[in-house]
Amino acid sequence: MNNDLKNQADELAQVFAADMVGAPTGVGRFGQFGGMFVPETLVPALHELEAAFKDAWADPVFRNELDTLLADYAGRPSPLTRCDRLGEQLGFQLYLKREDLNHTGSHKINNVLGQALLAKRMGKTRLVAETGAGQHGVATATAAALMDMECLVYMGEVDIARQELNVFRMRLLGAEVTPAVSGSRTLKDAVNEAMRDWVGTVEHTHYCLGSVLGPHPYPWMVREFHRVIGTEAAVQCRVALGSDHPTGRPDVVVACIGGGSNAAGIFSGFAAFPEVALVGVEPEGGAAIGHGIPGIVHGMKSYLMQDEFGQVSEAHSISAGLDYPGVGPEHAHLADSGRARYEQVSDSEVIEAFQLLSRTEGIIPALEPAHALAWVVREKESLAGKNVLINMSGRGDKDVGQMMEVLGDQL
Amino acid sequence: MSPTEPLSLQAALESRRESGGKCLVPYLTGGLPGWELMLSAVASAGADGIEVGIPFSDPVMDGPIIQESSELALAAGATPPGILDALSRLDCEVPLAVMTYVNLVYRFGYERFAASMVRAGVSAAILPDVPLEEAGDWCAAADAAGVQTVMLAAPTSPDERLVSIVERSSGFVYAVGLLGITGERDSLAASAKVIAKRLKEVTDLPVLVGVGISTPEQAVEVCEVADGVVVGSAVVRRIVETGSPESVAELVGTFRDALDKG
Repeated sequence: MNNDLKNQADELAQVFAADMVGAPTGVGRFGQFGGMFVPETLVPALHELEAAFKDAWADPVFRNELDTLLADYAGRPSPLTRCDRLGEQLGFQLYLKREDLNHTGSHKINNVLGQALLAKRMGKTRLVAETGAGQHGVATATAAALMDMECLVYMGEVDIARQELNVFRMRLLGAEVTPAVSGSRTLKDAVNEAMRDWVGTVEHTHYCLGSVLGPHPYPWMVREFHRVIGTEAAVQCRVALGSDHPTGRPDVVVACIGGGSNAAGIFSGFAAFPEVALVGVEPEGGAAIGHGIPGIVHGMKSYLMQDEFGQVSEAHSISAGLDYPGVGPEHAHLADSGRARYEQVSDSEVIEAFQLLSRTEGIIPALEPAHALAWVVREKESLAGKNVLINMSGRGDKDVGQMMEVLGDQL
Repeated sequence: MSPTEPLSLQAALESRRESGGKCLVPYLTGGLPGWELMLSAVASAGADGIEVGIPFSDPVMDGPIIQESSELALAAGATPPGILDALSRLDCEVPLAVMTYVNLVYRFGYERFAASMVRAGVSAAILPDVPLEEAGDWCAAADAAGVQTVMLAAPTSPDERLVSIVERSSGFVYAVGLLGITGERDSLAASAKVIAKRLKEVTDLPVLVGVGISTPEQAVEVCEVADGVVVGSAVVRRIVETGSPESVAELVGTFRDALDKG
């Protein structure tokens, strides 16, 4: 990023930090949501992590080290792409924030580089992580290789089968991949296994949690590590929309929601400006906000898909990365406060959107951001004439095998 | 029917300690097929109190054995009201605690859950995912209903935190014996006696060590310092493997005998 952009970004970041998506209150509360509902064994480690993060985040040396890695290793800033062909077809201006072009293929690397650097600074020698689609697992394995740390990734048995390419990538990078065989054998269960691992290894291990989920300080810390998405996008939109645009900001910002980390990142750049609509798009089969009620699991109070007794429901989505019955607590708060709205799309709408972007723009999206795209396609009439920004959180290479099974005969 | 006032777990444990004995609190997963018979068998085999687990879909503090038993119980239709209702109809003559995860209690409603516990004759609750930071809402409801809340203390808890934990705890204080989740271990972790000793220095509450107490020998060893033990996975494994109340009673009896001999 050139200096002019960097200065603007810093200035904007200060504005944002003061509003809407600021630090949580009390013990990690966003409104009534969040908290630290974990076994006692982990509580001291979470307090230690919070203190270490605050210290690091205020330390220019740490920030500079992370910024350098994000630029020289991960390839930031990621571009903003205006999609003229698809925009014309849909009847509005469509911009994509290209997190798919980051090293390892998704936004996940932002958070992982931050957490791995922090873990090193705390003297930890081992990373554990959960992964759904494998993108966070690959990113964690990558950071562990780069920083010479041991790495173990828990992944649901079902997800291992549908994302075998990412399993191989993790192993190639030197990580161990252990299947989660309980419950629904997807992301939820991988989180359980990672937490159980951490309860036993907390002295030398850092739990590199992959979304804005879990106990405090994770929802806050992970969002801060992804804030760079929103900060860059705000500056890039101002440039792209031109000096004659009254605000230099898009009308609508759209992102897919599993736990909600890519959405938290891009929303953080726009939440302070009420004229910008924020839309999170959940899978129909994993819609914590759409179909859940408040509950407590994985260390946090948030919206949760559950039965009448509080047993957590199994999510079902074509996208392994969104196959999760909960959601980050800050999204629960943004939904309750009305600052953001949350919509649901079906697997079949996602499959259509996946092909549409591929054919019109030459960009094969991951199935996760294809949810955001599916929603804007459905809403094209209400979006007519607007400037719409989608966070293209990852690329579709990992999904090609799975989509070959779905679409093979039709193409 | 159970008495209107549940038998107090804390009173029973203190009484055992005052008589020079060591406390034995076995755990069993509620809702397993035939679990009521298992409960009676455990009670008659010398338990000072019994921890009844209400199974949860995502038990992050539990290892494979209790995970498996939870899945079996859920598959058999176990629910929180069903288990509490069954307990209200049992009269097993030893004090009871329920051990479960907070979402089931939150969903039920804290006040309603505490009241249902009292009606079921259960005197204490153990919620491993409710640390001090999050204990306020539950404890307010529990205190008002006269329900004891057993807090957990871990090897990682700093000294000043132990003081706050024992202040908030009632029933007993649950000393987590090792860094890790529930499950059997080949030998007693060195951390077990250390945490028990640290707690004994700051409280008069009974200090019971749980997690990783798998054999009568380990129980005796840790009770050189602790006031007693919670035995979970070993009991549950026996229940799941044999389905026999006699076999389970025999296992609990070996712990009782060993602790009595010292």
